[in-house]
Amino acid sequence: MRDSIRIGAGAGTSDDRMTPALALAERGALDFLVFECLAERTVARENLARSKDPEKGYTPSLNERLRMVLPACVANRVRIVSNMGAANPLGGARAARREARELGLGELLVAVVLGDDVSSIVSDRPGLKLMENGEPLESILPRMVSANAYLGADVLAEALGTGAPIVLSGRVADPSLFLAPMLHSFGWSASDWPRLAAGTAAGHLLECTAQVTGGCFGYPGKKFVPDLANNGYPFVDAGADGSMVLGKTPGTGGRLDTMTCTEQILYEIHDPTAYITPDCVLDITAIRFTEEAPDRVRVEGAIGYPATDTYKVTIGYRDGYIGEGEVSYGGIDAVARARWAGEIIQERLRARGFTYEDFRVDLIGLSSLHGEPPGANRPEPYEVRLRVAGRTPERKAAHAIGFETRAMHMHGPGGAGGGCEPRVRDVLAVKSVLLPKHLVNTQIVVEGTL
Amino acid sequence: MSLRVYDLAHCRAGDKGNTSNISVICYDAKDWPFLREVLTPERVLKAFGHIAGGPVRRYELPNLKAFNFVIENALGGGVTVSIAQDIHGKSLSSFMLGIELPEPAT
Repeated sequence: MRDSIRIGAGAGTSDDRMTPALALAERGALDFLVFECLAERTVARENLARSKDPEKGYTPSLNERLRMVLPACVANRVRIVSNMGAANPLGGARAARREARELGLGELLVAVVLGDDVSSIVSDRPGLKLMENGEPLESILPRMVSANAYLGADVLAEALGTGAPIVLSGRVADPSLFLAPMLHSFGWSASDWPRLAAGTAAGHLLECTAQVTGGCFGYPGKKFVPDLANNGYPFVDAGADGSMVLGKTPGTGGRLDTMTCTEQILYEIHDPTAYITPDCVLDITAIRFTEEAPDRVRVEGAIGYPATDTYKVTIGYRDGYIGEGEVSYGGIDAVARARWAGEIIQERLRARGFTYEDFRVDLIGLSSLHGEPPGANRPEPYEVRLRVAGRTPERKAAHAIGFETRAMHMHGPGGAGGGCEPRVRDVLAVKSVLLPKHLVNTQIVVEGTL
Repeated sequence: MSLRVYDLAHCRAGDKGNTSNISVICYDAKDWPFLREVLTPERVLKAFGHIAGGPVRRYELPNLKAFNFVIENALGGGVTVSIAQDIHGKSLSSFMLGIELPEPAT
């Protein structure tokens, strides 16, 4: 049994940058490379893709990502663990095998984790309570397009136990992707709370890739990040004893230190004494970071409590449309003209009989991100971009927003420029329920034969 | 220029549903008790009043010389339904940094 393994982070979202993952696969001396590619609503979106084409429904960037890293991963014997299976892990596995074949790498086995899709299980339980508003699931069931449980590291470790060089799942908790290779390599028990907590904390630090190595961090003149353009992805050296030391790809830019780790350990955490994953309940209040060398940080002090007996399930459902339009004003009285245009657009939409569940007029350059606090008295910018957006059950009403905004060129205050095409997007909303773990059946399937 | 959170601490914002969490991390541990005294949940809710409905909870992490502010009803319904430009509210960390503080007693 190994004393220590190295696990790298190759993606932290479906749209994450790709070349730093290649650098890590080539030069990182990794044992495992994790690609975390699912946000809250992506599985719902991929379910819709699958309903149109049964071979689709895995993360669309899977092909490009694997094509880029597979040669280095095969040459360096780096195993891949990823949730890029999304709504169709078997289809993702077939795509992964095609990529390997086309690269001349032969017949790669892919171990597939099934069971996160619990749509039929929750459909039979319309009384399940939505965590966000306490309403029964029944209230959104007719519009439901997906229901996926956040599975844990145990089932991913089981998949690694098949020996396949690639493990693909759908929905799993992000830190579990990193904890799984530790469970597999060290044989930790599923109730070894201190070690599960240490691995979960490391996974949480790594799951957003560059956010722990200097991304989302720098402020000019205040928080410096060296060579940010060439920033590198992180890895963890995990020890069988539960020790965790973070590092990053040699020869890359960015920074990894106590400050970047502190920002990331608190990222998307609510109660810091109870970060609930399928694997354990993590308490980070006693965490310590020690800078052992440049870009090397030891993480200690994670506290673990027993896992809960439920899985969190994300329910995706259709919730109407969002329409958007933009147009710009510059020079004298730019802000006043943009405000005037905003009022005219609203009046025209009302006159056409459209109503909206939510509606807003933003002045980009003045108030689009943080609103306008009362009495803020901000200086007026030289130019401003008017953005109008609304949510509605009616596609036509959503389209009208962009249509009327673009019409400011000819039908609004003077000097409007740069209007854009009306934008409409389907809203795939999500809510959550808790499902007893014993109701969920997971399964490992190995795609391909040697 | 009056004292701001920016002068003493750094921040990062994350989202879960319609809730924003924003960390406030002191550069220097000696400023933590002062921030604990002045950067109250009430002050933060007041500053965010035109953005978020609240409530605001503050978790104290003295070992990390940090606080974690959890601001409810802050993200226009959440990333999947929000019509805002910054649906995740990632830029709200910069708003936290701009909150003005009373000068410490010397």
